[in-house]
Amino acid sequence: MNKYFKMAAGGAAMLAATALAVPTAQAEPKQGGTLTMIYRIIAGHFNPAIASGTPTGIPGTQLFAALIRYDDQWRPQPYLAESWKIADDGLSVQVNLRKNAVFHDGHPITSEDVAFSIETIKANHPFKTMYGPVTKVTTPDKHTAIIHLSAPHPAIELAMSSQLGVVIPKHIYGEGNIRKNPRNSQDIVGSGPFKLKEFKPGEYIIMERFDDFFLEGRPYLDQIVFKKMAESTSRIIALETGKADLTAFASDPQELTRLKKSKHLTLTPDGYSAIGPLNWLAFNTTRKPFDDKRVRQAIGYAMNKKLMIKILYSGFAKRATGPIHPGSVFYSGDVNDYAYDVAKAKALLDAAGLKPDADGIRLKTTLNFIPGGAVWKRWSEITKAQLKKIGIDVTLKASSDFRSWIKTVAGHDFDMTLDSVFNWGDPVIGVHRTYQSTNIRKGVPWHNTQQFRNADVDAVMMKAGLENDLAKRKALYAKMQKMVVEEAPIIYINASPYHTIYNHDRVGNPPVDSIWGTSSPMDNVYIKQ
Amino acid sequence: MQFLTVVIRRSLYAFLLLLAVIVFNYTLLFLVPGDIAETIAGESGGASAELMAEIRRSYGLDQPFYVQLFGYVGRVLQGDLGSSYYFNVPVLDLILGRLGPTLLLVVTSLLLAIFTGTLFGVIASQRPNGIFSHFITILALIGFSAPVFWTAFLLIILFVSMLQILPLSGLAEPLTESGTWQWYLDVAYHLILPVVSLSSIYLAQYSRLARASMMDILGSDYIRTARAKGLGQRVIIYKHALRNAVIPVITIAGLQFSHIFSGAVVIETVFSWPGLGTLAFESILRGDTPTIMGILFFSAFVVIIFNLLTDLAYRIVDPRIRLSNTA
Repeated sequence: MNKYFKMAAGGAAMLAATALAVPTAQAEPKQGGTLTMIYRIIAGHFNPAIASGTPTGIPGTQLFAALIRYDDQWRPQPYLAESWKIADDGLSVQVNLRKNAVFHDGHPITSEDVAFSIETIKANHPFKTMYGPVTKVTTPDKHTAIIHLSAPHPAIELAMSSQLGVVIPKHIYGEGNIRKNPRNSQDIVGSGPFKLKEFKPGEYIIMERFDDFFLEGRPYLDQIVFKKMAESTSRIIALETGKADLTAFASDPQELTRLKKSKHLTLTPDGYSAIGPLNWLAFNTTRKPFDDKRVRQAIGYAMNKKLMIKILYSGFAKRATGPIHPGSVFYSGDVNDYAYDVAKAKALLDAAGLKPDADGIRLKTTLNFIPGGAVWKRWSEITKAQLKKIGIDVTLKASSDFRSWIKTVAGHDFDMTLDSVFNWGDPVIGVHRTYQSTNIRKGVPWHNTQQFRNADVDAVMMKAGLENDLAKRKALYAKMQKMVVEEAPIIYINASPYHTIYNHDRVGNPPVDSIWGTSSPMDNVYIKQ
Repeated sequence: MQFLTVVIRRSLYAFLLLLAVIVFNYTLLFLVPGDIAETIAGESGGASAELMAEIRRSYGLDQPFYVQLFGYVGRVLQGDLGSSYYFNVPVLDLILGRLGPTLLLVVTSLLLAIFTGTLFGVIASQRPNGIFSHFITILALIGFSAPVFWTAFLLIILFVSMLQILPLSGLAEPLTESGTWQWYLDVAYHLILPVVSLSSIYLAQYSRLARASMMDILGSDYIRTARAKGLGQRVIIYKHALRNAVIPVITIAGLQFSHIFSGAVVIETVFSWPGLGTLAFESILRGDTPTIMGILFFSAFVVIIFNLLTDLAYRIVDPRIRLSNTA
């Protein structure tokens, strides 16, 4: 037990901490008003228990409450759980629910629902490691649930938070195949601060204040209108003219540059440290010559990362140095940063036996990139130009659409590919999957598609995944980052420049005060006028 | 009885055509790499092998191609278009919900283009070298060569961003209660920019067409006879000449009805118009086969009906076609 986990005890103290986390410099929050949020896509359903992804998560966390929420310093806070305690042996977690919590249909939220939710998530959610070690959930009384674990599982607190650990009503979702339950998108009965008023597939979702929400006086907003707006130009105009108050996950450099000029808008990169989005170049480490780490390292040295960030993202993106997002508590910068060095790159290729031919070409290979959006295309072109300098001739391979790119990469049918992968809070959830030799599963998107096998890395991750002491855990991940970067199955370039953009004349307490950003409850947000 | 024969023959063609549409498109869609399982996993930022397998199994995607195809054709013949993989609702509901906005957009644009185009053409034809005529020629050139999304964005920048007098997107404001008179007014208000953008191409074309055909007809014998009878210019133009001048416009408009559908995809995307076009486009990207198939089936159906109506429209405008045996 260390400081990180002791935070869990004492519900009342935690409530005070939540109140302190709210910026107090501004005026008192006001009741009422409608927040209009625009987003580039709208999900087919809003049940985060069976799907991850932000289109489901942003509205999903308004409709469904999780057990825990996080502030912006990675400190877990009570939410639907008034308090919780991880046993000293790390093999169980006792969750004490709020007694006044009810679902949108008035049914009380009980430990039965918690047990049902965790079982549903374990069986249906794409992230198997979240509740992987959970053996069963017992319910000694209506407001107490005990999660039993087969092994210590420090990731469980993150798994209990935000869109990952929502509580859904057993009496609504308990029967039949939950994946085909029409109430994932219509007539939703949730546990969160807002209830569903209307959902028009492909267009918008309107959520309205849930008057019996378990936090007294919350939420402040009367309504949230969440509208799909696929066109970047339309989003810009909607925000500029005040037709929309908020958008999230904006990353297009032109959009950001333009919106930064508006007097009414604030752009912030805060609120993405849990999602932890990284952009990188990955190798198929089973294909020659990428099975030789010197070749991979050479490519790392040949890429001018600073220049790329400047050209591709107009400086909006942060540098990523390894498998863990710079905003994570587990991030360590103590790694080889592959500073741009063409001579070194050439020397490594020489050492690997790749000598230039008469035309100066050492190697012909291919690069796949993610379709859609000009940035990935430009990225692939810059990479091609940079690798040309060290005698690597790259043919760019476009995909017709996103899913065919996924199929190509998941099927290991590539030499090199650009990729964007999220950390999803705890390394156990979103980092291990990319490097574990036991997670090479052909056909499954975002497994260890690099087919990277390293027993030492496996062992360190295994240990870190079981370590409940935060300081020791951090040290293990620091070691893991150093090892992975040295082995270079992936060349890390940057953290995706996601920004939340809001109209500061209208929006008070913008949803950026949590590591989960807009994928956390907006019970705090209010409209100023 | 002749009319009935035409209808029966047409219906038979239509049925065979629809069957061909199904088989051909289903095959094409099957050949696209990746399916709904990849889409769901992609939007989720991850998946497990069990999940991928379960999605495929529950939609029958693990079956061989011919089983899937025959299964689909069989269900369609029984009037069942299936359920959307992505939205988990019956495709028919999805399409009917989107058909209204698309038809509203397409039909309004087409009518606007036909009426204004003809009017412009007729006015221009009276002074073939006048300023207005030149203006029409220039407008036609711009309207026809400018991509429809470019026109749309230009109009958005002018009317939404700068003047701030027209709405940006959607069918109506989500908070307006549908069915009320305010809602209808709101829809009309939201309709202006998409319709003007979409009709711009066709307007230009039709005015050129009407102008040329009007000039042609104004030089013909029967108009000279009418003039000799001492009829006024207005009566000659609007009663005698216009009817004939409109025929090529209707012909082209009928042929272009399907084109305008594809133009609508772009306009719908730009204006977030909840029509079939965006649904089709996004369903293709998602690999939502039942939805795509349903839309293709439906569009083919609508185009066939519209061609039939064009044919009937000829018969009403021109009695000669009514008499001849051109089925």
